[in-house]
Amino acid sequence: MKVLVCISHVPDTTSKINFTADNSAFDKNGVQFVINPYDEFGLTRAIWLKEKKGASVTVLNVGGNETEPTLRKALAIGADNAIRVDAEPSDAFFVAKQIAAVAQEGGYDLIIAGRESIDYNGGQVPGMVAALLNWPFVNACVGMDGEGPEFNFTREIDGGKEKLSASLPLVIGGQKGLVEESDLRIPNMRGIMQARTKPLEVKAAVDAETKTSVGSFSKPAPKSAVKMIDAENVSELVQLLHDEAKVI
Amino acid sequence: MAEVEAKEYLKGGEFLIRTVESDEIFIPEDFSEEQKMMAQATTDFIEKEVVPQRDRFEKKDYAFTEEIMKKAGELGLLGITVPEEFGGLGMDFNTSMLVCDRISGVSGSLSTAYGAHTGIGTLPVQLYGTDAQREKYLPGLASGEIMGAYCLTEPGAGSDANSGKTKAELTEDGKHYKINGQKIWISNAGFANLFTVFARIEDDKYLTAFLVERGTEGMSFGEEEHKLGIHASSTRQVFFNDCIVPVENMLGERNGGFKIAMNALNYGRIKLAVACLDAARRVISYGVSYANERKQFGVSISSFGAIQQKLAEMTTKTWVAESAVYRAGQDIENHIIRLQEGGMSSAEAKLKGVEEYAIECAILKVLGSEVGSYVADEGIQIYGGMGYSADAPMEQAYRDVRIARIYEGTNEINRLHSVAMLLKKALKGEMDLMSPAMKVAGELMEIPSFDTPDYSVLFAEEKEIIEKLKKSILMVAGKAVETFGMDLEAEQEIIMNAAEMLIEVYAAESGILRAEKLAKQKGEEAVAHEINMAKLYLHGAMEQVAKHGREAIYSFAEGDEQRMMLMGLKRFTKAANPYNLKTLRRSIAAKVISDNKYPF
Ligand SMILES: Cc1cc2nc3c(=O)[nH]c(=O)nc-3n(C[C@H](O)[C@H](O)[C@H](O)COP(=O)(O)OP(=O)(O)OC[C@H]3O[C@@H](n4cnc5c(N)ncnc54)[C@H](O)[C@@H]3O)c2cc1C
Repeated sequence: MKVLVCISHVPDTTSKINFTADNSAFDKNGVQFVINPYDEFGLTRAIWLKEKKGASVTVLNVGGNETEPTLRKALAIGADNAIRVDAEPSDAFFVAKQIAAVAQEGGYDLIIAGRESIDYNGGQVPGMVAALLNWPFVNACVGMDGEGPEFNFTREIDGGKEKLSASLPLVIGGQKGLVEESDLRIPNMRGIMQARTKPLEVKAAVDAETKTSVGSFSKPAPKSAVKMIDAENVSELVQLLHDEAKVI
Repeated sequence: MAEVEAKEYLKGGEFLIRTVESDEIFIPEDFSEEQKMMAQATTDFIEKEVVPQRDRFEKKDYAFTEEIMKKAGELGLLGITVPEEFGGLGMDFNTSMLVCDRISGVSGSLSTAYGAHTGIGTLPVQLYGTDAQREKYLPGLASGEIMGAYCLTEPGAGSDANSGKTKAELTEDGKHYKINGQKIWISNAGFANLFTVFARIEDDKYLTAFLVERGTEGMSFGEEEHKLGIHASSTRQVFFNDCIVPVENMLGERNGGFKIAMNALNYGRIKLAVACLDAARRVISYGVSYANERKQFGVSISSFGAIQQKLAEMTTKTWVAESAVYRAGQDIENHIIRLQEGGMSSAEAKLKGVEEYAIECAILKVLGSEVGSYVADEGIQIYGGMGYSADAPMEQAYRDVRIARIYEGTNEINRLHSVAMLLKKALKGEMDLMSPAMKVAGELMEIPSFDTPDYSVLFAEEKEIIEKLKKSILMVAGKAVETFGMDLEAEQEIIMNAAEMLIEVYAAESGILRAEKLAKQKGEEAVAHEINMAKLYLHGAMEQVAKHGREAIYSFAEGDEQRMMLMGLKRFTKAANPYNLKTLRRSIAAKVISDNKYPF
């Protein structure tokens, strides 16, 4: 089984988010980048497939060379090789086209992506990849078992869970549950050293349109200070909720 | 000839007599992607496996310490510098420093267990062991299957380690040594499997080292000691009662044990310095987030200048100590490489590499442990009453860091040692201290030069100040040597003054050079905070040099000579353009407060 794990290079969850002066782009200055947490669950699940079923695991990122440390971390955790499509990931369709092209060319039979990336939270890429390849798509996947080529999946849906099965080749949009947080792996020192010698191939992008363009970014309004109102003073509370908070 | 002569590398202790440029030093920002990944993996390990259960350390749960050490072994954290053929990673010295840094901050219990195992527990075998000894023990020590301990201290032999009374006697058949004696304060004793034990054979001048396995007949243990801090670090007495050890377990040569002990301590000292850093960073992070949350008089206490001042000083001292520690760490690594390239074996080069910088190791041991103590103390103060509570993290940090000033040679011993080694180098002709000292003495008689550097160049004045602070040390130490000769040893107070000056100058210089190197790489604007911290530290160092210089001068110089030296010192410790310290501290604090954690 050849597994392709899509790795998005995203700001650490504790980063302070700022935009460039004209609000047209995210300001990467001083920000630490990590493997997208949703992708890390998928990567760990892929490594299980490697360890238990002898699958090969390739990690893939569409991005500039600044993302290579993130790919090398995935290699240190246990992926066999990495591919970076050398292009600015301009929108979901562009990225999906690149992933689909790599998948087709490399003859992969399972693509695991995260249900979304925690930077722009588009949540579109894996679905688009499945559509471009004409493969089944299991989104918000929280469980996977079976021997293959048919697998049983559990999906998280509003207010409950859905069980379904599908056969390879297919695309998964993964999240926590695919493996648990305690299953995530810290790369060991030897793994980190071995990552140095594992192949990291840089590929040119295939032609693809960018179908959306970004207007501007803005931050949510800062939270205003809490106002304390005397417990007896209901009329003031009502008045403030009506006039200031505008919730009643 | 137009060719520029390649600069000689900076030898140990030589910083005192020569100008050091920023491109000669290593800064933590120079770590490779791989080294940074190792550091991050270590931090992730601590956050995931240790932080959620850290209170187990306070409940004297020794098994927890052992469990975490085993897990650290699985991740490869115990064999960073152990050669690959013995199951380690064969990485360089500064990588081992970086990992030690990140593993040590969460708890002094773990820090001590890690330091005792990877440092004094493993290094003697790694560096002095025969092939057979290394094959037998190193892979286990690197993986964590074998835990190491080091038995030097005795009830009657602490700082005076070579005075130990433990005896080793060759048995009649010549195949064994019989060890008798008592060791005290032995870290990891509760769970270690391999003990490096120092004992004296007959009336030898020096001790001899032996490898003793747990379970050897005649070896027994005292109860766990109850301590001020590091509650889950196992500390016991170890007793040897006709303990029979095969002759092949002698480590190194007969009479060579004291040298092993001292060389292991050189390593231990710089490692201890680095081990204090992450504890300080964590205290700062807790401190600032508490200061941001805690409201008094209707505002966050972090808005008060008195609190900002603390945050700025704590952060600055930590950043500067970090600069100094990794600078020396790389100097050691570079020297190891040089010696190996010159044909020395890897183990020998590792010994000589660190020995060359023994002065820096002693300086850093004091600096790291005292910065750690200062930061923890101020951390409690920021928390107010809550800081005194065992339910808040400061109380543990404060108690845990206290040991750092005692073991691996007390800070007094290290202060004495740093100056003694410097003078020894001069005496042996390895370093010319006398000519620069005479030059300074001559300068005192001359009319001071009125040339001023171009103050618009970053750090032009600061670098001049560093040179002047070095002159202050040369003036005071040179005169003290001239006055007391070999009897200077009996003038410990003056040696303490000199040591203080030495420490402050090494630290301040490291901060300035790091900030300068960063400014060259990223532009001055991008590293404004680092520049401010380097300046703030330098100011403090200048005050300390002035204070200790004055104390020393008052202690032994008189009359005209005293007046002249005091005038010289005043000239050497005065800034032409004093900083507005309040503004400097506020701007550093603002960064810490806005990041809500240690920001560098
Ligand atoms: C928790 C803990 C763990 C330890 N772990 C180990 C271990 O694993 N292995 C091991 O071998 N040892 C270990 N030690 C021992 C430690 O290294 C010694 O305690 C230390 O070296 C000081 O020796 P001492 O306690 O005998 O104090 P002393 O030597 O009696 O010192 C008492 C005071 O006198 C001062 N003093 C001593 N001599 C001089 C001098 N010449 N000039 C000026 N001042 C002087 C000291 O600085 C100190 O302030 C540990 C100690 C502790 C507390």
